[in-house]
Amino acid sequence: MKIVKKCILYLILLSIAFIMLLPFYMMFVMSTLSTNAIYSFPPVMLFGGNLGTNYVNMVKMINLPRAFLNSAFVTITYTFLVLFFCSIGGYAFSVYDFPGKRKLFALLLFTMMIPSTAGIIPWFIMMSKFGWVNSYAALVIPGCANAFGIFWMRQYCQNNVPISLMEAARIDGCSEWLIFFRVIAPILKPAYASLGIMQFVNMWNEFMQANLILRKERRYTLPLALRAMVSDRGTDYGALMLASTCAVLPLLIVFLCASKYFMDGLTAGAVKE
Amino acid sequence: MNKKNLLYYFKKYKVAYAYIAPFYILFMVFGIFPMVAGLGLSFFRWDGLGSMHFIGMENYINLLTDALFWKAVRNTVFIGIIAHIPILLGGLILAYILNSKLVHGQNLFKTIYFMPMVTSSVAITIIFANLFGYNYGLLNYVLSLFGKEPTNWLGGDGSLIKVAIIVMFAWKWIGWNMVIYLAGMQGISNDIYEAAQIDGASHFRIVFAIVMPLLKPIILFTLIQSTIGMFNLFTEPFVLTGGLGGGTNNGGLTLMMYLFSKAPQGGNAYGYASAIAYVITLMIVIISVILNKTMGREKA
Repeated sequence: MKIVKKCILYLILLSIAFIMLLPFYMMFVMSTLSTNAIYSFPPVMLFGGNLGTNYVNMVKMINLPRAFLNSAFVTITYTFLVLFFCSIGGYAFSVYDFPGKRKLFALLLFTMMIPSTAGIIPWFIMMSKFGWVNSYAALVIPGCANAFGIFWMRQYCQNNVPISLMEAARIDGCSEWLIFFRVIAPILKPAYASLGIMQFVNMWNEFMQANLILRKERRYTLPLALRAMVSDRGTDYGALMLASTCAVLPLLIVFLCASKYFMDGLTAGAVKE
Repeated sequence: MNKKNLLYYFKKYKVAYAYIAPFYILFMVFGIFPMVAGLGLSFFRWDGLGSMHFIGMENYINLLTDALFWKAVRNTVFIGIIAHIPILLGGLILAYILNSKLVHGQNLFKTIYFMPMVTSSVAITIIFANLFGYNYGLLNYVLSLFGKEPTNWLGGDGSLIKVAIIVMFAWKWIGWNMVIYLAGMQGISNDIYEAAQIDGASHFRIVFAIVMPLLKPIILFTLIQSTIGMFNLFTEPFVLTGGLGGGTNNGGLTLMMYLFSKAPQGGNAYGYASAIAYVITLMIVIISVILNKTMGREKA
C-alpha cells in the first residue's frame, strides 16, 4: 500500500517536472533545427544539425554580443549600487539611534506597499525631461536604494552585527565610515549574496521599463533584442531559438550550480516577513 | 524643536542620516513626485507637447464607457483568477508532497520547479508561442494523438490566447509559490502532522484544515504578490500578440498594454493614460485590502 502511494506521489512530481523542463528542452532542440523542420508536423523532438546555419543567421539579425554586454553592464552596475546603498541604509537603521528613526522606518515599510503603477506616466515624462530616454540611468538610478533592500539588510544586521566589535573599533580610533567598510561589510557577505542574486535576476530579465526607455537598437538589452527579432517579419525561428538559448543559458547554468542560494535569496523576503 | 536644535541633531547623527538619505531622496524624486503628478495629470487632457487642458473628471467618466478598457479589465481579471488556481493549489500540494517524508530528491524537484523564475519572460513567451503553434505546435500534436482536431490557440477569434497566457503565468509562478509554501511548512512542527495522521485525518483534510490556516500569512503574501503581478501583466501578452492591441479581437489585451497603448508607446493621450494607471492602482489597493480583511492578519 505504501509502495503504491509512493509511486503516485513520484508520478505527480515527475510529470510536473517534465512539464517544467519540456519548454527548455524544446528551446535547445529548436535552436539546432532549420526553420522548415521547426514548422513540420509532427514536431521534431530530437536535436538536428542546423546549429551552425542558425548561428550565422542569428548574427546577421541581431548584435548578440552587444546586447549581452549591455545587459551585463546594466545589471552589474545596478546590483552594485543596490548592495552599497541598501547595506549602509539597513545598517544605519539597525545600529544607530537617531531622532525619527521609528517613523522613518515605518514610512519605508509603508512605501513597499504602494504599487508604483500610479506614477508610471509622469515617471516616463521625467525620464525624457532628464534626457534619460535611451540611457541606462533610467533603469539603474531610481531603484538603486530601494525599500526592500534596506529592510532586508536591516534584518540581517540586527541578528549578525556585534555591537561590541563596533565599539572596539571606535576605541581604536576608526571613523564610522571605516568601521562599516573594514569591520561590518565582511560580516554582511551572506546578505550581500542573497540580495545581490535577487536584484541581478530581476534586472537581467527586466523588460517593461527597458521597453519604454531604450529605443535605440545599440542600447538594447537581451530581452529587447529578442523581442526585436520576433517582431521582424519572416522570423527565422531557428535563429530566434538560438538567441533565446543564449539569453537564458548563462543565468540558468549559474542557477543550477547554486540553486539553493538562488531560491533562498529570491524567496527570502517572503518567508522572513 | 527650534532651528539650533535641528542643526545640533543633524550634526550629531549625521552619519546615520547620510546613510539612509539616498532612499528618501530617490523615493521623493522617483516615487512620490510621479505619483502625485500622475493624479494631477489624470484630470487634464495633454498630448505631451502642447498646453494642458483641465477637464476635471472627464478622463475617468470616459473610462466608464470605454469598451476596450472594460475588455482589458475582463481579460486581466479572468487571466488572474484562473491562473491562481494552479499556482495556489498546485503550489500547496507540491509543497505538501515534498514536505512529506515519503519522497526523496526534495532539492532536485525544487530546483527544477524554480527554473522558470530565473528565465527571461521574453524567452519563455517565444518558446510557448511555438508550443502553442497552430499547424506545428507540440500541444496540438499531443492533442491530435487523442484524436482532437488542431486548435488555433493564438489566432481564431482571439479568445483562446488567454489559455496560452494563463499556462505561461502558471508555469512561471508555480515553483515560486511552492518554494515559499515549502519553507513555511518546514516551520510547522512535525508533531502536528503526526497527531493528525494518528487521528485518521486524510491528507486533503490535513492540507485544508491544518496546513492552510497555519500558512495564512504566507499565503496572503503570495496572493498579494501575484495580484500585483497579474495587474502588471504585460511582457507575455505583448510579445505573444506582437503588439499593444492584444491580438485578434483584443483577446489578449491586458490593462498594462492598454495603458501603454494610450501613452507613451502607442498614442500620446497622457492624461487618459494617467487615469488608467490610477484605476489600476486603485484595483490593486482594493483587492489587497479585501485579502487582508478576509484572511485576517495577527500582526499588522
